[in-house]
Amino acid sequence: MTTTPTRHLYDVVVIGAGGAGLRAAIEARLAGKKTAIISKSLFGKAHTVMAEGGAAAAMGNANSRDNWMVHFRDTMRGGKFLNNFRMAELHAKEAPERIWELETYGALFDRTKDGKISQRNFGGHEYPRLAHVGDRTGLELIRTLQQKIVSLQQEDFAATGSYDARIRVFQETTITELMLDGDRVAGAFGYDRESGDLLLFEAPAVVLATGGVGRSYKVTSNSWEYTGDGHALALRAGATLINMEFLQFHPTGMVWPPSVKGILVTESVRGDGGVLRNSEGKRFMFEYVPDVFRKQYAETEEEADRWYTDPDDNRRPPELLPRDEVARAINSEVKAGRGSPAGGVFLDISTRLPAEQIIRRLPSMHHQFKELADVDITKEPMEVGPTCHYVMGGVEVDPDSGAAFGSVQGLFAAGEVSGGMHGSNRLGGNSLSDLLVFGKRAGEHAAAYLDALPSRPKVSRVDVAAATEVALAPLARADGENPYTLQQDLQAVMGDLVGIIRREGELSDALKRLHEIRLRVATVAVGGGRRYNPGWHLALDLRNMLVVSECTAKAALEREESRGGHTREDFPKMSPQWRRVNLVCSLDEGGQVHLERKPVPAMRPELFDLFERSELAKYLTDEELGEE
Amino acid sequence: MKRHFRVWRGDSSGGDLEDFDVEVNEGEVVLDVIHRLQATQTPDLACRWNCKAGKCGSCSMEINGMPRLGCMTRMSTFTADETVTITPLRTFPVIRDLVTDVSFNYEKARETPAFAPPAGVAPGEYRMQQVDVERSQEFRKCIECFLCQNTCHVVRDHEENKEAFAGPRFFIRAAELDMHPLDARTDRKQHAQQGQGLGFCNITKCCTEVCPEHIKITDNAIIPMKERVVDRRYDPLVRLGRKIFRRDQLEAAGESVPRATPATAETPSGRRLPESPALGPDGRLDIAELSAPIQGGPSPFGEDITFPLPPERVTYHHPDPS
Ligand SMILES: Cc1cc2nc3c(=O)[nH]c(=O)nc-3n(C[C@H](O)[C@H](O)[C@H](O)COP(=O)(O)OP(=O)(O)OC[C@H]3O[C@@H](n4cnc5c(N)ncnc54)[C@H](O)[C@@H]3O)c2cc1C
Ligand code: SF4
Ligand code: SF4
Ligand code: FES
Repeated sequence: MTTTPTRHLYDVVVIGAGGAGLRAAIEARLAGKKTAIISKSLFGKAHTVMAEGGAAAAMGNANSRDNWMVHFRDTMRGGKFLNNFRMAELHAKEAPERIWELETYGALFDRTKDGKISQRNFGGHEYPRLAHVGDRTGLELIRTLQQKIVSLQQEDFAATGSYDARIRVFQETTITELMLDGDRVAGAFGYDRESGDLLLFEAPAVVLATGGVGRSYKVTSNSWEYTGDGHALALRAGATLINMEFLQFHPTGMVWPPSVKGILVTESVRGDGGVLRNSEGKRFMFEYVPDVFRKQYAETEEEADRWYTDPDDNRRPPELLPRDEVARAINSEVKAGRGSPAGGVFLDISTRLPAEQIIRRLPSMHHQFKELADVDITKEPMEVGPTCHYVMGGVEVDPDSGAAFGSVQGLFAAGEVSGGMHGSNRLGGNSLSDLLVFGKRAGEHAAAYLDALPSRPKVSRVDVAAATEVALAPLARADGENPYTLQQDLQAVMGDLVGIIRREGELSDALKRLHEIRLRVATVAVGGGRRYNPGWHLALDLRNMLVVSECTAKAALEREESRGGHTREDFPKMSPQWRRVNLVCSLDEGGQVHLERKPVPAMRPELFDLFERSELAKYLTDEELGEE
Repeated sequence: MKRHFRVWRGDSSGGDLEDFDVEVNEGEVVLDVIHRLQATQTPDLACRWNCKAGKCGSCSMEINGMPRLGCMTRMSTFTADETVTITPLRTFPVIRDLVTDVSFNYEKARETPAFAPPAGVAPGEYRMQQVDVERSQEFRKCIECFLCQNTCHVVRDHEENKEAFAGPRFFIRAAELDMHPLDARTDRKQHAQQGQGLGFCNITKCCTEVCPEHIKITDNAIIPMKERVVDRRYDPLVRLGRKIFRRDQLEAAGESVPRATPATAETPSGRRLPESPALGPDGRLDIAELSAPIQGGPSPFGEDITFPLPPERVTYHHPDPS
């Protein structure tokens, strides 16, 4: 088999075919750029397909009092004010347009009585805000974008006789390295999973939309794709990562049977009335409402129950607190010995809604539990526990354009792989809308970058040769470590030592062990050939998982406070001083992770004024409040 | 507990079933077993998967001959001593082990005209009732596992039909757009019939049976599409302005033939345009197709002939080799 990569020439290469990648590609193609979309899995199967609950956008269809300012406030609160305020602002303002646009591509959301898009309640959102299709919203989103791309290809076919003339999908293709010309992006190098052939994409602009990092954990709702490839590619190209200590553990993953442990149980179960109980039958969430949220959440079961029908005069049930709070509460209940038999707590919808409504509103949950756990959720409670779900951290980007910071030019990032938008904790439903808003922006600005570029950067032969060698090394080694064992060891380190609740000693220990694993990854070997060889694929992904895990562990050790998706047992309080700090990771010459502190950008005065001073006082330092 | 498995291994040049004994734990599904095989015995065993929850449609395979999702097939559905045989989808070319080349489906997707937004309705102004969107929503549940495509006898073992036949997955796509309250195109049925080869389908319902999303492909999409093609052609109310005849009728009349084509182009999959079955004098489909005692369309030779024919009745003569 040849070791010379096949060359492809494009204007914009989008790595990732999830919501963010497809939206970016559509925009780049509409701007007249020849665009390639690259995806590790088949077209239409990216991780976005798994999103269940919905996409948050303040359209005001369910409650006319909703608008972008309320959405902005909720997002900042959810992220504990560590969010990049400009991203949160753009997101809140532009999300409705992006959702409406999907309807012009053929999406069919569930409807309200007056024929508008229906919106549902979700944790941390003040009003019903999530546009949804039952509990398969991600599928609708990705299929709609996929079909829009096909329709653009049909237009190109009419104009040129070739479907692939202006936008082409390279499915089952993995990018292993970005190519640079000085500081400018020159292309991307990778391999075709099906054939094992090597590929070189030459392009002056690259959009990263590769999603998250959850496969570094054993209990996760994420698929094999989530190995942090985009995060690692960006680092190696000279970009920076922020907020890597913040991982979202979704409070409700399945806990039984063991083989499906971690698979998500959508938050809509709680949004639609589901309640959490411990083994004593107690609705324990009332005990876990933190001070900063005291005013917005009900104190009695009666008030909480009234809220579903009369949200204007009652406060929300505490089951709908932001995810980090609920996950920690479940963790504490289980630790205190009040957990369910399989080590979770009970989530019950069966006593709260008639069976027929449960089946209509939560069809895939009903299906999933029936098929996988033999549980009929219309009759019995589910057993649930926290699962690694989402990474808030990611590529540090310019909020308006999605251009990566650091030394590299021509690199853009959008979706879960980018950082800043969600601060220390993401609200449910804010990801799907994030993909659309920032996907579009990244595509648009990648095209604009190209227009301003004086000459096309060139890929150097030396770099290609180096990338080829790295890619083929695991196959060339006669004997070495088994990649599956290494992955399990990595998962054990991350799950045990860098999990939901973190401690200094364990984090230092984790860094030591990660260093050992790094040495072992360098000797990984796999049998078999290049044609669709999952062992080989994993061996190459390991390198990315490892460097991203190091960033997480390092930043978690550095941040001495608890906030959102980062809980330190030895520093249980949120600190206004730490709120002003972003932890920024980069790679030094020797490939080691380097950590730096950087100030969080300060909110503009008019955004500041959207909050009551008393609320801000809970998060900000006196000095910041005084400046106002 | 160890259980016995037979897994097909090989590639386009050939392969064979290999025997494995694998540990199986309570509550596991077939995909778990494949992962255990990869981690312990065969690191390079090729198999697609993503979500492990029946949501992405990646892990399609044939388990004891049944087309199924590996992640939704629980080991408890087999008896304790049963050997579980896992093979790749048969209708698509094998790439390696359990991974097949499903590009056929992506080609057919490209040939299905896209949603046509209604003119003059601004984004944000779309108004539809829940009852009206629900019918299309059923079809949009499709996870593109292609199990129905794999099962349909029109293309299973009939490579030659692939060019003209889009398959059940794309019939529901056409039906979905046909039933979309705001889709601006009115020729979805004609396209299904003339561009997609709906006529090949003889309503065996095998596709519905294997659909993991329980989409009623035949009852809710294919049959309405077949019947309503007829309705629209002959309903006097819609006849004006939309007077469409079958191709052969038009050709006989010397008219140029309007073709149902993808949004933009000639039917790219080829020249052979399939036809629906002939219509009865009332302009409706012969109901026999639905009620006939045998599966498949009525024999073009009539029902009273049994094959093979005795030699004296064969009218065909083989040309002399000389
Ligand atoms: C079970 C579940 C439920 C969720 N529910 C919701 C919800 O209700 N609401 C909400 O807002 N969010 C939800 N989320 C989160 C949301 O789905 C994800 O954050 C979002 O889909 C990420 O989209 P993306 O476009 O960034 O990436 P993805 O959709 O994950 O796509 C990543 C793409 O990058 C490709 N890729 C990765 N690495 C490479 C490489 N090296 N080379 C080439 N291609 C590569 C992959 O193949 C894939 O195509 C949920 C997540 C999960 C797991
Ligand atoms: S009903 Fe039609 S499409 Fe479905 S399997 Fe039978 S012939 Fe194929
Ligand atoms: S219709 Fe059903 S069987 Fe066919 S591809 Fe879709 S989900 Fe799979
Ligand atoms: S892995 Fe997604 S459907 Fe089986």
